[in-house]
Amino acid sequence: MTHTKISMAQALNQALRDAMTADESVVMFGEDVGALGGVFRITDGLTAEFGDKRCFDTPLAEAGIVGMAVGMAMNGMRPVVEMQFDAFGYPAFEQVVSHVAKMRNRTRGRVQLPMVIRIPYGGGIGGVEHHSDSSESYFAHTPGLTVVTPATVADAYGLLRKAIEFPDPVVFMEPKKLYWAKEEVDLTELQPGIGTAVVRRDGADATLIAYGPAVPVALEAAEVAAAEGRQLTVVDLRSVVPFDDETVCAAVRRTGRAVVVAEASGFASVSSEIVARVTEKCFHSLAAPVRRVTAFDIPFPPPKLEKYQLPSVDRILDAVDDLQWEDS
Amino acid sequence: MTVEEHLLPSAEPVCLIDQNGVPHDHPSYRLPTKEALLDGYTQLIRGRRFNDQASALVRQGRLAVYPSSFGQEACQLAATMVLRDGDWLFPTYRDSVSIMSRGVDPIETLTLLRGDWHSGYDPYEHKVAPQATPLATQLPHAVGVAHAARLKGEDTVVMALVGDGGTSEGDFHEALNFAAVFQAPVVFFIQNNEYAISVPLARQSAAPSLAHKGIGYGIPGERADGNDLAGLLAVLGQAVKKARAGEGPQLIEAHTYRVQAHTNADDASRYRQDDEVTPWLDRDPIERLTTYLEQQGWLDDDVRATAEAGAVEVAAQLRDGLMPEPEVDPADLFAHLYAAETQQLQQQAAFLRDELAREEA
Repeated sequence: MTHTKISMAQALNQALRDAMTADESVVMFGEDVGALGGVFRITDGLTAEFGDKRCFDTPLAEAGIVGMAVGMAMNGMRPVVEMQFDAFGYPAFEQVVSHVAKMRNRTRGRVQLPMVIRIPYGGGIGGVEHHSDSSESYFAHTPGLTVVTPATVADAYGLLRKAIEFPDPVVFMEPKKLYWAKEEVDLTELQPGIGTAVVRRDGADATLIAYGPAVPVALEAAEVAAAEGRQLTVVDLRSVVPFDDETVCAAVRRTGRAVVVAEASGFASVSSEIVARVTEKCFHSLAAPVRRVTAFDIPFPPPKLEKYQLPSVDRILDAVDDLQWEDS
Repeated sequence: MTVEEHLLPSAEPVCLIDQNGVPHDHPSYRLPTKEALLDGYTQLIRGRRFNDQASALVRQGRLAVYPSSFGQEACQLAATMVLRDGDWLFPTYRDSVSIMSRGVDPIETLTLLRGDWHSGYDPYEHKVAPQATPLATQLPHAVGVAHAARLKGEDTVVMALVGDGGTSEGDFHEALNFAAVFQAPVVFFIQNNEYAISVPLARQSAAPSLAHKGIGYGIPGERADGNDLAGLLAVLGQAVKKARAGEGPQLIEAHTYRVQAHTNADDASRYRQDDEVTPWLDRDPIERLTTYLEQQGWLDDDVRATAEAGAVEVAAQLRDGLMPEPEVDPADLFAHLYAAETQQLQQQAAFLRDELAREEA
């Protein structure tokens, strides 16, 4: 395949299509994923192409969707399910935490659950209440889950293909504000392995550690900082669990300063875990405490107020400015 | 018959052999064969002994806890007797007798309750899902297994067990609804033993019966005397047959009673009186079947001896298997989380190994 300019939504759709073509045990189901193609059109055309036994609508009940996927995975299928929106996935929480995450462990590896739970997440699209949550920390906190989130079109395709092939359940978090971002991509290129972070930009002065929807904001901030004479490295985690300590710590040790950028609220979150890990492992390389730019510890605001909640270029640059440069 | 009538359970629980051992004709169900009833008798004697021995082993500290199904053995055994080898059973924590009767090793059946691991048996070997301790969460899994089987063109039936308390959970509702919409071959079998720990049925549901709950989903409901093995075999057997024939999910409620406390850790005297329990002792599933078989002249010395030998064997298996302290390996804590252990877990496993090595040194 040659380079084509497609959106993240199209890349995810292509990944599902290619996975379903490659392996007939892959099935896709959820709410409105059939004729409509999903509210974000990620499953567009799949029912028409593969039939309604391979891509189908279910009753409107998220615990039922995830629970049924558990049983289908137990019985030889590779289900991919869609939670329509981040906060609409919470009814499935018990199934995810008590069964999806634990089945391999409680059966000593005899029952494996190769399944993917796709969750469009995050703000920035003007969604009304319960349409903009960043729920990754709940899943990252749960042993047994693998949690990945792409920030680029190419990674959206590659990570979803890997997630569907993965032997264990994957919570696949899709940054919905990036659904329509287009890139020139070659989908036949090497796909990222689950558990590997990537350095998106190299710079010697400080490291921005970001994932999902925060990555483009971090890259933009790095661009502005460069114009102002400060060179920033940007690490895109891609995989929250497993966590790539090596790539993150190598960047922090090289630069001596770090800011974690995340769209979720900061308290007891993935971002606080990153700060703890970096501090524990890179203390002697740090010239300043690791700073965070996260959302406030408040419920996600209404659309007219969401710009105050989301990480911004200015907040990132202010945090970088705060990294005790005068002492070095 | 209207659609609604087709979904309605019988006016009274189906009973083919009453508590006095007297057989009754039924317009829709026939008495099982002599062979089936004699097999059932043998299994009942063994199942009862399993319950008694497991309870005794709790008192001796060999099991962490045991939710006894004393008095519910007919339900537990009928649920598996009507299945084929390729069918699946989705049990709850109280269904050890069901699991064992499926062919699972009795010691592996009790691994969860002994506390050396969460589940001891290979679910694929006898098609028995891991016992669920959260309520009703196994029911959507049962629907998934059944739906996958159907997509693959297999004629598998899934027997999904739940208690009266479990019918209040959202997962019960979602599982029945999904099963009905997808016409999944699942038999949902409620053992209504009147209590969810201390809370009586009246506080769980205001429905005329739990079998009536099928109507709202478009699932035919039926109810049976839960202490009558003959009636249970007939009702569950027909439900399995219908599910296998492509008629979709079935809902069966057995009326039984939890004769003993919830577990050894429970004190039933705080919420019910002995005079409530006493009449249920007269409805015991073993006594009535014994009476019937004796009156038919089918219960000869050979059958009795075979049944007793099975009971003695399972009791010995439990005593011998559970008396030694189980060997546990701390390294197992990290072994089964992911197909490929993460670097972080490798580090934590190494930490524990070092800690244990220091303690030994």
